[in-house]
Amino acid sequence: MSFDPILAAIRFGTGLSPVILPPASVDEMLDWLAGPDEAAQRFPIPTYADVYPSPRDFRAATLAINSAPDDAAEAAARVLRDDLRAAGREAVIAFIKAEMARAAHGRDGFRERLTRFWADHFTVRPVNGGARHLVSPYIEEAIRPNVTGRFYDMLIAAVESPMLILYFNQHQSMGPNSKAAEHNDRGLNENLAREVLELHTLGVGGRYDQTDVREFAELLTGVTANARSGAYFRAQQAEPGAETVLGRTYGGAEESIEHVRHALRDLARHPDTARHLAHKLAVHFLSARPEADLIDAMARAYLDGDTHLPAMYEVMLRHASAWQPQLEKVKQPVDFVASALRALAVPEGVIRDASMQRVRQLIQRPLSVMGQTWQAPVGPDGWPEADEAWVTPQGMAGRITWAMRVPERLLESLPDPREFVFHALGPNPPEAVVFAAGAAETVSDGIGLVLASAAFQRR
Amino acid sequence: MPAQLDRRRFLIGGAALGCSAAASPFVTPVALAAAPWDTRLVVVILRGAMDGIDVIQPYGDPALAALRPTLLTGEAGGAHDLDGFFALHRHFAPLLPLWQAGEFGAAHAVSTPYRDKRSHFDGQDILEAGLPDLTGGGLRDGWLNRMLQVVPGLEPEVAFAIGREQMLVLTGEASAARWSPDAELRLSANARALLNVVHHDDPLFRDASDDAVAIAEQLSMETAMAAEAADRMADDPMMQAVQRSGEHVEIAQFAADRLRGDTRIASFSINGWDTHARQQNTLQRGARALTDTILTLKAALGPVWGKTAVLCLTEFGRTARENGSAGTDHGTGGAMLFAGGALRGGQVLGQWPGLGEGDLYAGRDLMPTRDVRAYPAWVMHDLLGIAPDVLEQAIFPGLELGANPGIV
Repeated sequence: MSFDPILAAIRFGTGLSPVILPPASVDEMLDWLAGPDEAAQRFPIPTYADVYPSPRDFRAATLAINSAPDDAAEAAARVLRDDLRAAGREAVIAFIKAEMARAAHGRDGFRERLTRFWADHFTVRPVNGGARHLVSPYIEEAIRPNVTGRFYDMLIAAVESPMLILYFNQHQSMGPNSKAAEHNDRGLNENLAREVLELHTLGVGGRYDQTDVREFAELLTGVTANARSGAYFRAQQAEPGAETVLGRTYGGAEESIEHVRHALRDLARHPDTARHLAHKLAVHFLSARPEADLIDAMARAYLDGDTHLPAMYEVMLRHASAWQPQLEKVKQPVDFVASALRALAVPEGVIRDASMQRVRQLIQRPLSVMGQTWQAPVGPDGWPEADEAWVTPQGMAGRITWAMRVPERLLESLPDPREFVFHALGPNPPEAVVFAAGAAETVSDGIGLVLASAAFQRR
Repeated sequence: MPAQLDRRRFLIGGAALGCSAAASPFVTPVALAAAPWDTRLVVVILRGAMDGIDVIQPYGDPALAALRPTLLTGEAGGAHDLDGFFALHRHFAPLLPLWQAGEFGAAHAVSTPYRDKRSHFDGQDILEAGLPDLTGGGLRDGWLNRMLQVVPGLEPEVAFAIGREQMLVLTGEASAARWSPDAELRLSANARALLNVVHHDDPLFRDASDDAVAIAEQLSMETAMAAEAADRMADDPMMQAVQRSGEHVEIAQFAADRLRGDTRIASFSINGWDTHARQQNTLQRGARALTDTILTLKAALGPVWGKTAVLCLTEFGRTARENGSAGTDHGTGGAMLFAGGALRGGQVLGQWPGLGEGDLYAGRDLMPTRDVRAYPAWVMHDLLGIAPDVLEQAIFPGLELGANPGIV
């Protein structure tokens, strides 16, 4: 079993396209990753620092309402805040379109898939309705640039992001002996510390105990964020003195973000973290039961490369099990829809010019019915990996209905299903799907049957 | 009319063949033992923070009128007296007959352990997770799911999360089914046959698609008979208040259809309770959705309503004082509403803390006098036989059950 461009696009990318060539080799996949982020340049999403409307905009609007001298001024200020909210809703739609366009028209589907994988690893949810449009900018700023770099940089960027800090209520956490606690002790919050250990680094089976969680939570005090300043380190909130996490001691003299970064780098370099990440990556891309020697090799490459992620990807891509022909995993709904847009070659302009209502009707609401509400997994552990979590009666109803109904609303004319089956599935599609594509009563049914088939739903 | 009723039942049962027809009371006289209890439990999450003080108005409290000068309460607001102290908001009047029949009631001055931050998202997470707070991490599952986890061997159809919203309360390791009424699936016979062809060699996809087609056909059959059902309901004086349209009615109808079969637990949410401004008007939408939902459940459940418990929970209450825009802001204590023949309605449960200046929580909110989790806990104890230590440790960590409130 060796490299196959068709499998490379389906298993590691965003699917096949009738107009974009799949990667020709593992070397090319790695070269694309090492090169510039073309899709992000072509279909831009602002970073958290640059997004409009920003949390600071909302804060200013609320202040203007509260400090309005009279009713007329207050009414005017409310109009301005409503405008910001409308702009936020429009931004959500614009970012969905950009993500879909990247997946449908970008050359390097692997980078898109890796971005979604790591964004899910560092899941955040908006802490209020006015923050819904900030998830994509968070990913653009903290996750995407680090997908091709070192894990410890991604870990630090995520932990120092306002989105993660506010989501885990880290801004409220106070060292019991900190200066801030003398006036108004809001208590130590272990939430972020526990999730970093359990979800982001060592994993739930990792070698840490409650003492490590508590010490790490004390070390994290001072990491905070607000709407005005974004994320920053507030020494008054920080627990004085040294903390010991997994047998190593951090801090002691002056409180500083550097102690936190030092600990995060050490956590990233921990062998349990290496195995946790290797296993999670292999389960996501290859199989629910990846081979043991593959996990060992991926973890070793990650540690040898000082948490350099492409080293781990390379081991996975060069392993024989990466290219076994059986499609084991089920595409998550976002990947299903994105790969369908790519297979249908829905033009860039159709995606770019789609109205808010169309994006909601054709993308957002169907994703919810399929079980994957846009950027809203239930908990910080992100979306489930198990096939059974996705292939449910409701999930299938959503996928089948989308497959049968939505393509004809996106394209002026649908492709011939007898050709489309090869665009979507490659040169050797299952005979049953070829038969069904040709036997359908209508073109839209034929396209729908191809997209709804297990052969297209799996990767 | 009885003939119509039977025909409708028969058609619904017949359409569900292969899915839950075996449990239809019409097809088999004895329902299959899908769960070790026969009670139906419906948990409705009211998102947005329902103003318990306005819905179940403590108009006997001398401080109320001054706190709400324009949000008129009691007789002045057209509310309906319940017990001489509490009155029911006029928009909830369709539920009065249920109150009189002992099938609708409330527990007042309750809240989750969540305090002071008053964020909808955190409040709902705490409500659905059933945890004392979120500071320890580990937000992974909901309390209804943890209840299912302690009962071994349940089929997924025993519990249904309904609607497009993700329901944390039913999320977790125990498998629960999920359906949204807008997950429609209309296929021609040809397309359906070909779908079987393309999924033939993949049992996971084949089975899920078959089930999807079966459920969708059952739903479309019900839609086709909606006119007939509407005729029947129009004859029932109880149902005249029901505006039989909208997503919430579809959800309630779907829930009732499942609950008449193998399903024992259903959960869904009703949004729209965040009444910051012009509450007299803005409360109407949520009120209509909730009253429609309860009346639809009652009508569609038929005799099963007698063994049904409906609990309506919200993330927190609202400020005791109205604000400058004739609405109310995020508060603390509020009310839980309940309905169903399995519960003892016709009463407002709980210890009333008073609305006087010194009685309010933080000088602004209704003081919670009981952890709202105690009510679902006692319902699960009394109706489902869940042990007290399981309730206090596994399902609602940190809860003190306290005395039995007599909700069952």
